[in-house]
Amino acid sequence: MTNSVSISQEKVELIKEKAKMSRLETIRLISLAKSGHYGSSFSSSEIFSTLYYHILNYDPQNPDWKSRDRFVMGKGHSAVGVYPILADVGFFPKEELDTYTQVGSAFGDHPDMNKIKGIDFSSGSIGHGLSVGVGMSLGARVDNEKYRSYILMGDGELQEGQVWEAAMSAGNFKLGNLVAIVDNNKVTVDGNTEELMNINPIREKWESFGWNVIDVDGHNVESLIETFENLPSVDSDKPTAILCDTVAGKGVSFMENGYEWHVANLGEDDIKRAIEEIEGGN
Amino acid sequence: MKEVTKMTTHTFHKDTWELYKSLEMSKQLTAGETLSKLGKDYPEIVAMSSDLSKPTRLWDFGKEFPERFFNFGLAEKNMVTAAAGLASTGKIPFVSTYASFLGVLAAENIRTAVAYPNLNVRLIGTHTGIAMGFYGTSHHATEDISITRAMANMTVISPADGAALAEMIEESVKTYQGPIYFRVSRGREESVYEHNENKVQNKIGKANILREGNDLTIIACGIEVNEALKAANQLKEQGINARVIDMHTIKPIDTEAILNAAEDTGAVLTVEEHNVQGGLGSAVSEILMESDLNCKFKRHGFYDEYSLIGKPYHLYKHYKLDGEGIASVAKEFLG
Repeated sequence: MTNSVSISQEKVELIKEKAKMSRLETIRLISLAKSGHYGSSFSSSEIFSTLYYHILNYDPQNPDWKSRDRFVMGKGHSAVGVYPILADVGFFPKEELDTYTQVGSAFGDHPDMNKIKGIDFSSGSIGHGLSVGVGMSLGARVDNEKYRSYILMGDGELQEGQVWEAAMSAGNFKLGNLVAIVDNNKVTVDGNTEELMNINPIREKWESFGWNVIDVDGHNVESLIETFENLPSVDSDKPTAILCDTVAGKGVSFMENGYEWHVANLGEDDIKRAIEEIEGGN
Repeated sequence: MKEVTKMTTHTFHKDTWELYKSLEMSKQLTAGETLSKLGKDYPEIVAMSSDLSKPTRLWDFGKEFPERFFNFGLAEKNMVTAAAGLASTGKIPFVSTYASFLGVLAAENIRTAVAYPNLNVRLIGTHTGIAMGFYGTSHHATEDISITRAMANMTVISPADGAALAEMIEESVKTYQGPIYFRVSRGREESVYEHNENKVQNKIGKANILREGNDLTIIACGIEVNEALKAANQLKEQGINARVIDMHTIKPIDTEAILNAAEDTGAVLTVEEHNVQGGLGSAVSEILMESDLNCKFKRHGFYDEYSLIGKPYHLYKHYKLDGEGIASVAKEFLG
């Protein structure tokens, strides 16, 4: 299958740079809080930047624009990687990020739709996101709107039964305007997903619920662009699941693939090491 | 299951921590350790968690008895109902995850599969209240007392520290019948009780009077017991003698301790890291209202609101749930 991609090399480089920016800001913000989710933010960095700098339709000046695409983080604990992007694209001034986790701040470990412009839905309890997306996509259909709902989920999240209730309903309602993005970084809090509670085979599960399924390297910006640009029409009769092969902690060698770094804190020297590696990475 | 930590392969900065290092800070989360000790004599003990076996430290039992430990992944409702199934075969299942995903998320399963059939399932909701700080409302549990207290057959316990939790877990294995919901914090708190193997200091259903006083009674549960004691010290300096009661068992509640306090001190202040609607304060008020006593009364906790985001220490101060805050609330209450 050859699909056309309508993007310049400059734009691809910009998206890669913004993914780095998300990682660097994640490190800075977690250093303010002294605790945070590095691993699962880093596995989503390229997904975030591809969506916000190329794919999603939104208007930072009008965050409640009715026809905007929706983006929901089922894995709300990677919000720390999205906040810097929302600031960068203009939803709010970057300085607001400096309040991260201070008493009364809008910015905590999980996103709050009533406090942060650009956040389409609050999250934090794993497994709710896809159901929210089903509701958003049904809403689009009722209003004859052409936006899509993109729902980011972790692979561990697929252990939640509610995900499959949502998958069943999306297949049943033929929600061609719903996109599930699985950040398959293969770790959860307690260990490696496959050893802990095996969710494989993932592809066949989605297919059996009536979904169109696409596999992609979740850190390859070109592949992500190609995948998102060539999604079936919003009026098609199958929701799409994009299974992104990713690495937990991507970009910082000592964190990569290590579930111990799901929640952690880096001291001074290790922050330096991490920054050097991210800046030097491709 | 592998238990390797990459921390050993590099030299890290002293402030750097990851999962295994953070576990060492949770000293009051004693369930896993206690069950490990009991596990040999009580083969009916089984334990389960939903991808939070390490942060809840139930894993301490899992290491010792891997064949009686089950990690259900992120699937709380399935886990709770499976625990009910295990209990129906004569096992005593201990189920532990964050309270927001146990007492709140799995509430219907607890009600219908555990409480209604009156099974010996012990649920341990950890990181209750706002202990998760800036993780926000999804990870806070300020409703779990209300929810579980409303379930018939259910015993609800909020121990003051790890020693109290250990004692009441032991009692629950040896003699207690029926479902129990234990509500504990994140484990980094100060101790209230000195653990002593030969002396039981916490008995299910029996409140502990930790400090005598005649001007006021502060009734607290969970981590607020220690803060209430600090408040009593501050009040003492201002000439107010406060009685402090550790009401670790919220249901069945120690009616006698409440009525004696009301009679002796004439003023009762309840303190909980929970919504004042339906929690400890409500439970105490029910006893007072149905008595013939005339007593001043106030509930302190969260006033039907969701907590702000913030670091836990800052939030406890903000919501007057630290010793100093409780003392100020008490002074205002006494007028």
